[in-house]
Amino acid sequence: MPPPPAAAPPGSDFAIDVTGVTKRFGSKTVVNAIDLRVRRGEIYGFLGPNGSGKTTFIRMLCGLLTPDAGTGTCLGYDVRTQQSDIKRHVGYMTQKFSYYEDLSIRENLDFIARLYDLPDRRAAVQRSLERLGLANRSHQLAGQLSGGWKQRLSLAACLIHSPQLLLLDEPTAGVDPKARREFWDEIHRLAAEGLTVLITTHYMDEAERCHRLAYLAYGKLLTHGTLDDVLASVRLTTWTVTGPDLLDLAKKIRSLPGIEQVVAFGTTLHVSGRDAAALEASLTSVRDPRHEWNKIRSGLEDVFISLMDSAKDNFA
Amino acid sequence: MSASRFTLHRLWAIVLKEFIQMKRDRVTFGMMVGIPLMQLMLFGFAINSDPKHLPTALRAADQGPFARTFVAALRTSGYFTLTHEATTEAEARRLLQLGEVQFVINIPEDFSRRLLRGERPTLLIEADATDPSATGPALNAVRAIADHVLDRDLTGPLARLHAKAGPIDLQLHAHYNPENITQYNVVPGLMGVVLTMTMVIITALAITRERERGTMENLLSTPVRPIEVMLGKILPYIVVGYIQVTLILVASHFVFHVPMIGSLPLLYAVSLLFIAANLAMGITFSTLAKNQLQAVQMAFFFFLPSILLSGFMFPFRGMPEWAQWVGSVLPNTHYLRIVRGILLKGNGLAEITPHLWPLLAFLVVAMAIGVKRYRQTLD
Repeated sequence: MPPPPAAAPPGSDFAIDVTGVTKRFGSKTVVNAIDLRVRRGEIYGFLGPNGSGKTTFIRMLCGLLTPDAGTGTCLGYDVRTQQSDIKRHVGYMTQKFSYYEDLSIRENLDFIARLYDLPDRRAAVQRSLERLGLANRSHQLAGQLSGGWKQRLSLAACLIHSPQLLLLDEPTAGVDPKARREFWDEIHRLAAEGLTVLITTHYMDEAERCHRLAYLAYGKLLTHGTLDDVLASVRLTTWTVTGPDLLDLAKKIRSLPGIEQVVAFGTTLHVSGRDAAALEASLTSVRDPRHEWNKIRSGLEDVFISLMDSAKDNFA
Repeated sequence: MSASRFTLHRLWAIVLKEFIQMKRDRVTFGMMVGIPLMQLMLFGFAINSDPKHLPTALRAADQGPFARTFVAALRTSGYFTLTHEATTEAEARRLLQLGEVQFVINIPEDFSRRLLRGERPTLLIEADATDPSATGPALNAVRAIADHVLDRDLTGPLARLHAKAGPIDLQLHAHYNPENITQYNVVPGLMGVVLTMTMVIITALAITRERERGTMENLLSTPVRPIEVMLGKILPYIVVGYIQVTLILVASHFVFHVPMIGSLPLLYAVSLLFIAANLAMGITFSTLAKNQLQAVQMAFFFFLPSILLSGFMFPFRGMPEWAQWVGSVLPNTHYLRIVRGILLKGNGLAEITPHLWPLLAFLVVAMAIGVKRYRQTLD
């Protein structure tokens, strides 16, 4: 297999190290001056609403797009000039299934292995079939597979050349919970073996399985760090309320000062706001003995929605 | 970009993949075999027209007044334009074989003398009759001219020369297709038309389909080079093109009994250039088109002039000059002449070389645009 990249600065801990990366399509700035460092062996979660620039950013990392501004390296290779070296050492799983539906699983893997010019191709294909439990189905056409199996094929294909960095763009969209969990177990095994993984997702439970997170909206990186860092970065206060007539209560409090989010979860209502004093003052005004109020730690989703709302005020 | 050299391994990977996909897509493959057969049946009919100003070589051994009157009459008929003067029979024959001229008019040296003696001198007109619809009307006009052109000259004492059978013994030699069988012209011409249609459409879809299905993004994220993808998509269809060529040749021989005078290996060899030129055109379309529908529309946009302005549908020389200019750019125009030349005239490499260069030029330009347009990255 290819030796570790010679161009990598010695002792560099970062698989991804970029600053000021920007991409414009026409007059629209899709990715706006993003700085990002991802340590080797880390699982890095990339979150943000649809159209926030996640996919465009990933495409710049793997050499598909050239940034309009900004510099940096991916696996030690320059993202602007050494794109073909990057392609050799990165596995990229696209958002949409992008293998040939009229080819069988084995034919697809064999094709990709040939493109990477793998020395012992047959063995490499067989290894990846077995690793992802595809061996029994290797002769099935990719088009006939269900979502979960397609996802496995995609993962097998982008791992076949033993990349050092995996870029996964919403890999678990439309996959059932069991397949999702198995997929994440596999990702953690790979990270334990030293692979760096950058993964985009909309699922909060998946975000919590990442070592580090970044949140992107309107092409801007709004926050990043560990789960606790991210939760702390937004001083959000959240109360829950249970009791009768929650729908009426929700209507009533939505417009009160300091209350930014009112979300129903089954029989409880989550009420959040960044200004704790204003929030609590508003809640006092609607106190009703039939309701039970509790202050809880804000969830990741509440934090992200709050981030997006404030970003909308700033950029949109 | 040291890591991005062209490799045969990757080219082969694309070729293999295309073959597997071709094998799985039965409908398309059936079409590629079905289209040639269907068109053969449809175009077995004659298409007629009345082309004028056909290039003509004059081999006049007699410069006497009667000879000049005759030539002037041919000119004013509008069918003939004197473009060449030939001195020997071999030279005249060569002009015909190269397709430089459509007719050779031979005026024997004793024409005027024998005419005066009332001996009905022979006047030989040789025609390149590969395309009967191009020569037919002109030859009819000659017959009328021969009978009446000298009416004004032959007055007074010469009036006796108005023999009932006409003063001149006009001999017409239709070369290459003496029986004026239209199929001899149309059927070999179909080779170019069928190849243009199927080859351009198939490859026009090739890259657009990858883009539409999302597989292009994946392909781009691997180390594969644009030229590897292009050649890899072209090579399998060259095989398909040869299957079509063979089908049409077999049908030409057994169904339409088209003579095959020239070398078939030569025809197969030069067909490669034509097939490749069309495939490159298709690939270029597929890098321009946003979706498969657009790709098919572009292919038809190219196909229409290829069928109408190449000399397949109408005699090339019957078209207005601008149309001939457009026609000369199209690969089909040159391939048509090559195929007819080899099959009907027995042309060799020397005679067809003038038509190989335009094909090669077209191939290089189309391929260059295609590779340039195929975006290594998505931006």
